[in-house]
Amino acid sequence: MTAPHRAALDATLPRLLWERAGGPEGRRVALRYKDLGIWQEFTWQDYASHARAFGLGLVALGLQPGEKVAILCDNRPEWLYAELGTLAVGGIAVGVYQDAAAREVGHVIDHADATYVVAEDQEQLDKVVEIRGDLPHLRRIVTVDPKGMHRVRDPQVLPFPEVEEAGRRWDATHPGHFDALLAAGRPEDLANIVYTSGTTAFPKGAMLTHRNLITMAVTFAEVDPLRPDDQLFSYLPMPWIGEMAMSIATALVFGITVNFPEEVETTHDDGREIGPTILFGPPRLWEALTRQVQVKIMDTTPLARAAYRLAMRWGYRAADKRLNRQPLTIVDRILHGLGYLLARRAVLDDTAMLRIRHAYTGGAALGPDTFRFLRALGLNLKQLYGQTEIAGYSCVHRDDDVRFETVGRPVPGVDLRISPEGEILERGDSVFLGYYKDPQATRVALEGGWLHSGDAGYLTDDGHLVVIDRLADVMKLADGTLFSPQFIENKLKFSPYVGEAVVLGHGRPFVAAIIMIDMPVVGKWAEDRQIPYTTYTDLSQKPDVYALVAGEVQRANAALPEAARVRRFVLLYKELDADDGELTRTRKVRRRTIGERYGDLIEAMYGARPDRVPVRATVTYQDGTAAVVETAVRVAEVGGA
Amino acid sequence: MTAGTAGPLLDVEHVSLAFGGLDVLSDVSLEVRSGERVAVIGPNGAGKTSLLNCINGFYHPQPGRIRYRGREITRVAPHEIARLGVGRTFQNIELFTGATVLQNLLLARHRHIRYGLLAAAAYYGRAQQEETSHRRRVEEIIDFLDLEPVRHAIVGGLPYGLRKRVELGRALATEPELLLLDEPMAGMPIEEKEDIVRFIADANEELGITLLLIEHDMAVVMDVSHRVYVLEHGRVIGVGTPGTIRSDPRVIQAYLGEEAAG
Repeated sequence: MTAPHRAALDATLPRLLWERAGGPEGRRVALRYKDLGIWQEFTWQDYASHARAFGLGLVALGLQPGEKVAILCDNRPEWLYAELGTLAVGGIAVGVYQDAAAREVGHVIDHADATYVVAEDQEQLDKVVEIRGDLPHLRRIVTVDPKGMHRVRDPQVLPFPEVEEAGRRWDATHPGHFDALLAAGRPEDLANIVYTSGTTAFPKGAMLTHRNLITMAVTFAEVDPLRPDDQLFSYLPMPWIGEMAMSIATALVFGITVNFPEEVETTHDDGREIGPTILFGPPRLWEALTRQVQVKIMDTTPLARAAYRLAMRWGYRAADKRLNRQPLTIVDRILHGLGYLLARRAVLDDTAMLRIRHAYTGGAALGPDTFRFLRALGLNLKQLYGQTEIAGYSCVHRDDDVRFETVGRPVPGVDLRISPEGEILERGDSVFLGYYKDPQATRVALEGGWLHSGDAGYLTDDGHLVVIDRLADVMKLADGTLFSPQFIENKLKFSPYVGEAVVLGHGRPFVAAIIMIDMPVVGKWAEDRQIPYTTYTDLSQKPDVYALVAGEVQRANAALPEAARVRRFVLLYKELDADDGELTRTRKVRRRTIGERYGDLIEAMYGARPDRVPVRATVTYQDGTAAVVETAVRVAEVGGA
Repeated sequence: MTAGTAGPLLDVEHVSLAFGGLDVLSDVSLEVRSGERVAVIGPNGAGKTSLLNCINGFYHPQPGRIRYRGREITRVAPHEIARLGVGRTFQNIELFTGATVLQNLLLARHRHIRYGLLAAAAYYGRAQQEETSHRRRVEEIIDFLDLEPVRHAIVGGLPYGLRKRVELGRALATEPELLLLDEPMAGMPIEEKEDIVRFIADANEELGITLLLIEHDMAVVMDVSHRVYVLEHGRVIGVGTPGTIRSDPRVIQAYLGEEAAG
């Protein structure tokens, strides 16, 4: 059944779009975008004709084959028009995170030598204008959203529809040009430069070809076949490889509808209206979802709560048996079905998860507790593993073989082995060409013909991959005990009161943690107990909050080996923030930055008699201004560790 | 700023207003030209809100005339003035708190509804077409003011800053030619103020709405208005561009001086 899709391996991404638009499915819905409160639908023909107009518009403006077009845009159809239009005329697309600060945006545009930038709205345009003095290659800036643009009188800036108009005029005066450009593209050509979020350093530009992306989509679907009526919901940042893999490669290969939310803030409601059937999410999404369910259950009526508890008990029973690959008895099945009708269906519906056939988590480890919880809820959640450099994913759980300690088995076409140092190595047609303008990093990453993932892991006897952590992040206590800080962090983060946690202990006598409370949840907890507070800083240093978190740490400790238990912790006086460089744009913790910034706190936790540490720290606000926060932070001991 | 050729859009001439023995407005004259953004500033109790109430017909001043597009409206009822194209927002938000944002904005379309009761009952043909176009217009305002996330939220449950924005949306939904804004940013933190300033400037520049606003925040007034009138004890004590007003010694003494002292 997959044979016809294998033919896609000899196509390019834009050729797939034109085949679909020109074929019997041309009038089917390809994209759906909520605008003015109504879901607007666009067919494959609409999609192709916009992409054609935009691509030729760039040609009319002077785009040469092989030049880069940076796209700085939220999830909406114009993103895909720009991407596919660029690719169709031989350009290379570069996604830029739209929540990045001007300086970071400038770095990517400059490093990629982009000659054109698509900036969604005034906010994005302002960033590009701010840094364009340092962008000698930049020729024109194309804006998508006309709101507020009437004030812009800049010869370098022009609106999206005008580019399309220029493209249509070009098309009329240059018949056959577009077809020639489209036919000139080869599968092994560079399609996208994807800047990795860079937990360790400045983002690197991974070069992916059409074949890389298409191979990933085709082989992945050989594990979990797609159906023509599947619905994708595009809500993750478009420059992220996971979103590209789905909304571009998979959608084009299998002809699946991509749905876009109206605004970032309406994502939840729009998702409920669409009812996606396939959903990718980073661990943060699933953790947030778990927290959301737990908080809502706290708030509901006692009767509903009781029904939920009962349903979840039955749900856990079935989920645990499935995770242990034990057969379900008739009673298990009946109770499981009953629990679904009793409560779980309503919970899934409320969280936009009701129609999901396949849910995936990836990008970082997801805590087993969260994983087990969501499976008990009835979500077919599976781990997958991969990286930008392999165009998305290389391993995934099979439906009947899900285990939370592994990330599944390799997809067809991916060779996987473990190096003597314990590093995961991969090989296959979806492995990237290398890093743009960084031959040295490329040599290291592709040494010996294998992709070096940088992750430490091992294979089980039956071929499942277990990822321990980043090779560089596995830590060793002073006595030589190995531990994975991420694993402990996930244990801690399972508590609804814990927003983020950073675990320390490398070369130290014991494990300690810096914990950030979850402001809405702890805030509600405090209000319910009539504990007054003002700011995050104030709330985080309340003795009652310390006691609350200490209890949560003890609970997490119970499931950890003796040596890896958290003995001391501090509650941080501020939330970790990407603008302070403490998180990456995909919200992964940057350990080194935190180690440097909070050195005093860390030393205090390992001091002989820790108590209060005076703190003077600089906080950077969204507008770039900085302020100094002064407070005293308490170091807490955890009993029983 | 485009007009001024065919006479002012709004012309207030020698208006006085007294409640019992208390003079609220004394001989106030003011004009607003089509396309302008005009601010009225002044200390508390200077008569700013009373002036707006005279313009949109809540109060009828004794001596004095108010003309809109050359037509005298001094004694015209508020709903008639609204029908002529004068919109208004209130300092203390006036919305249907039990209804959703969308419902509040749709209600504001009332003056544009042309179909009759029978057509509404049948909901066919003209009534349906009109309702569709009203919804579209309202959705454009929702988009304009970034209200999508709260489209279906009950107004009473929204935070203050958002309710202020909905109030502005309600006024915009009436499609006014002249919009009277009574302290549209009062009590807001600086970030929300900046948003409202942007919306107000956009309403003027993109939608072509003429604006007359009362505002306390001097920085905002300087940012947003083309011309400023200064009111004190019911009298106009200064008029000019924000720059000249800022350096007018009488104004500094009467208004800015008092602000600085208090």
